[in-house]
Amino acid sequence: MNRAIMSAVCVAASVGAASAAEVVAPKDVQYGEYGAVEQSLTGQAGDSAAGRKVMGTKSLGNCVACHVISEMDDVAFQGEIGPPLDGAGDRWSEAELRGIVADAKKTFPESMMPSFYKTTGYIRPGKGFTGKAAEEPLPPLLTAQQIEDVVAYLMTLKYE
Amino acid sequence: MKTTSLKTMICTAAMLTLGAGAAAGQTDEKLVINGETEIITEAPAPAHLEGALDTIYSGWEFRSPTTRAVQMDDFDNPGMIFVDKARQVWNTVDGTEGKSCASCHDDPADSMKGVRAVYPKWNEDAQEVRTLEMQINDCRTDRMGAEAWGYTDTGMTSMVALISLQSRGMPVDVAIDGPAQSTWEKGKELYYTRTGQLELSCANCHEDHYGDMIRADHLSQGQINGFPVYRLKNAKLNAVHSRFKGCVRDTRAETYKPGSPEFVALELYVASRGNGLDVEAPSVRN
Ligand code: HEC
Ligand code: HEC
Repeated sequence: MNRAIMSAVCVAASVGAASAAEVVAPKDVQYGEYGAVEQSLTGQAGDSAAGRKVMGTKSLGNCVACHVISEMDDVAFQGEIGPPLDGAGDRWSEAELRGIVADAKKTFPESMMPSFYKTTGYIRPGKGFTGKAAEEPLPPLLTAQQIEDVVAYLMTLKYE
Repeated sequence: MKTTSLKTMICTAAMLTLGAGAAAGQTDEKLVINGETEIITEAPAPAHLEGALDTIYSGWEFRSPTTRAVQMDDFDNPGMIFVDKARQVWNTVDGTEGKSCASCHDDPADSMKGVRAVYPKWNEDAQEVRTLEMQINDCRTDRMGAEAWGYTDTGMTSMVALISLQSRGMPVDVAIDGPAQSTWEKGKELYYTRTGQLELSCANCHEDHYGDMIRADHLSQGQINGFPVYRLKNAKLNAVHSRFKGCVRDTRAETYKPGSPEFVALELYVASRGNGLDVEAPSVRN
């Protein structure tokens, strides 16, 4: 009985470890000259529905704080700091979008867009929105899989 | 370059959709308080902002017509309730010296006229730039023998509002040269530093993107000519440093403390970006 539970746990643990090993850590992401990231951060296909949720949710990506996305008309109050994302999947390749979402400043130097997959190199980093100090490395704003999900959703934003 | 063209595009779009007509200004409406005090809410930017901004606007211009209207009549403006309370405190003796503010300064309408407009200000004796809050606490501890107030306590902010009210309709005119200059430079550096995990500076939001929506918020230039501000959102009077703290926190950064040398420097710098706008206090925002 005990052994059965034990081995079940072990299997679960090793499965977790195996997939964790394929995750590219923020510091290991390879950006091309213009900021594109060719390699998937997880090796798993992104889930566009999950990505849509991440983008429209305040506590997650909150991309709508700065971007209008017409397809997301169920999400109120979309911001106008960055360009509308309609047609993003036509304008950019998957690798380029992955690079923009992971660290937009590699594609657009000095961009106001936050770096969603970066953990060090901040000035006065804080613990979330508490105003209190935090030690680097910080947890990235989005996980590797969330980035893949967001990229999958962005790829669906095409003009007919 | 890019920002400018983006801005122009957005302005054009705004004019088209709102049919605003006038090329300049965020609103055509004028701020006149109690039907008599005209307030300048739009002015040419001070010389030190050359290359950054051409025109400066009070935060009042960016608020909704209803919020703007509340500030036009002191009977509607909830900030005035705090001013009235401070007026009583002004005349109340406190501390070991048996004095009130009135003992030294009589009627604030005379003694405090024009004071807000030039603060923060270099204090020669103390050899430092002082905010109104610092000056008030200095009077309390040194001259009255009373306890210092907390920097952003309601009592303190209310007293700042009473004093600021006496400069209503006078243009902000803080000095940035001479002995204040190094503090001003420090404040300027803070204004342009991208802090926190979101790596945003004050300028990212209030210089490059004023007039734009960030989620549900209509970004203003982050001017402080209206402070203290009564916010409908938290139903109280808000101090300049409380607002700074909130904005820094929103960049996912470690904030500075209200009253810290950093925020004092930032206040001097931000105040100087509003040189030419009229003092409005107490103003009303959402
Ligand atoms: C604080 C503002 C802000 C946030 C939040 C933000 N962005 Fe951006 N984004 C920008 C700006 C500004 C640009 C324009 C690039 C530049 O800086 O020149 C941009 C550009 C982009 C582009 C390229 C646009 C195009 O079609 O040319 C994509 C794609 C994008 N962002 C996706 C996202 C996603 C996905 C998120 C959330 C996970 C997000 N952004 C969050 C500000 C933001
Ligand atoms: C992520 C965007 C963002 C950043 C960065 C930011 N602010 Fe703000 N700030 C806002 C929003 C949103 C408001 C409320 C709407 C408005 O008045 O612009 C606001 C309001 C203000 C106000 C109140 C203006 C009024 O008329 O009541 C002041 C003052 C201000 N900010 C100063 C600053 C300073 C100083 C910094 C940097 C330390 C800063 N802000 C950084 C978003 C930001």
